[in-house]
Amino acid sequence: MPIGKLTFEDVALTVSVPEGTRIIEISEKVGAGITYGCREGECGTCLTRIVDGEGNLSDPSALELRVLKENLAGHNDRLACQCKVMGGDVTVRPG
Amino acid sequence: MAERITWIGALDPALRTFDVILKTANGTTYNAYVVRGSAGVAVIDTVKAPFTEEFLAKLEATARYDELTVLVLNHLEPDHTGAVAALLARAPHLQIYVSTRGLQVLRGLLKGAFERYDIRAVTTGDTVSLGDLTLRFLSTPYVHWPDTQCTFAEELGVLFTCDFLGCHYCDERLFNDAVGDFRFSFEYYFEHIMRPFRRYVVEALDLIEPLGAQMIAPGHGPILRATPEAYIQHYRRLANSRLAQATGGAKTLLIFYVSAYGATEQMAQAVCAGASEIEDVRVSLFDLQDGDVQPFVDLIEEADGLAFGTPTINGDAVRTVWDLLSSLVDIETKGKLGAAFGSFGWSGEAVAMVEARLQGLKMRVPEPGLRIKMYPGAEEEETCRAFGRSLAQHLTGQMAPREIDMTELLAAQG
Ligand code: FES
Ligand SMILES: [Fe+2]
Ligand SMILES: [Fe+2]
Repeated sequence: MPIGKLTFEDVALTVSVPEGTRIIEISEKVGAGITYGCREGECGTCLTRIVDGEGNLSDPSALELRVLKENLAGHNDRLACQCKVMGGDVTVRPG
Repeated sequence: MAERITWIGALDPALRTFDVILKTANGTTYNAYVVRGSAGVAVIDTVKAPFTEEFLAKLEATARYDELTVLVLNHLEPDHTGAVAALLARAPHLQIYVSTRGLQVLRGLLKGAFERYDIRAVTTGDTVSLGDLTLRFLSTPYVHWPDTQCTFAEELGVLFTCDFLGCHYCDERLFNDAVGDFRFSFEYYFEHIMRPFRRYVVEALDLIEPLGAQMIAPGHGPILRATPEAYIQHYRRLANSRLAQATGGAKTLLIFYVSAYGATEQMAQAVCAGASEIEDVRVSLFDLQDGDVQPFVDLIEEADGLAFGTPTINGDAVRTVWDLLSSLVDIETKGKLGAAFGSFGWSGEAVAMVEARLQGLKMRVPEPGLRIKMYPGAEEEETCRAFGRSLAQHLTGQMAPREIDMTELLAAQG
């Protein structure tokens, strides 16, 4: 199974994760400053800046795209409760 | 209330507690307005739901439903949108103007009916014409919700600000030069509603000040027609009121502790000593024992990092630590560095409880909490110093990157 490396810039920590791991599964456990509200991709609280490796994340669903748009997200922003690491390196920090 | 503008709000003199946390000595008002142009009539905001009848009666006395063209919702909290459904039932043709971030709340408010209405998301620079009058929208997010915006009736020089520059003060004389003394209410409202967002308050002030509004019409409390610019200046003072620290470019770390038998104090001193070894970090140590915690809130607002030392007593952190942590809702803590440590006899769950709270305050908590059974020995004192050094290095960005495997992480969590 492909392994991804997910780096949380604000706590200077990289975690090796199996393919399909969502950021939400890891970020709170390492104390990263990404925060969550609904945890279901609706509120936009978990807006996260993808510093590097956005191509290594799962594609956004229609719902995620709408929530990103309504929260005026930049094109490097994703919802941490939704997107999954598909392999390779990804670096994130709180949005 | 001014040529072409009518107040259609509601007085709520009996209210004493607002949103569970806010006190008011003499109630509040929910201000809503009608603006009449030569080719269009706009309703600006509505009222809290129990006042719907009153709102509609005032509206009907001012305009016919078929004359109305525009509904502006500057902020979607229920105290301003309680009459939206009733209004739309009578005037479903209204064009609804709301900020982009407000869409999701409006969708929640209107449920299935959302798709039926003519809803337009606007941002700074967008306008709508009422014939000879223009409404100009200004996006002023986070004062105090993501959705908040202001609307400027350009030709009239009147700025509608909803919660921004408002206060809970009820006086039927409506205008700031006619009502009683509301200065306390104005500042109290700022301290409890706007202060956590003071960064955004300053951005919003920068955006609205150049308009040179002749009147500021907020969603609560007196309408500011006499010297409106003085209230903008006062908001600036309130947003920047604290004495600046003489730290230059140094990062600041505040260490707070409570100690039952001196063990957590010993830890705190070692953490402090360790952190102080790192250059460019100013470390302060505070015993919360006799704790009036309120003065520390101001310090924390300016600090880059916070560490809390607490023993575990009856399976919990001690009271003054919770008191201080719960006072932090009045300030912005997002992105600050947080940490917890403490000595324990049996279980030691206080440290994890404090860490969870710090995360709840949107802080980053990069170093796993440090717990020591009973008193720290020489080796453990060094662990405390190392903990302090790591916190300081996280603050200065010198922390060496670390790498772990997810399975280790899950195992460590137990
Ligand atoms: S937590 Fe609500 S969208 Fe992710
Ligand atoms: Fe509000
Ligand atoms: Fe309000």
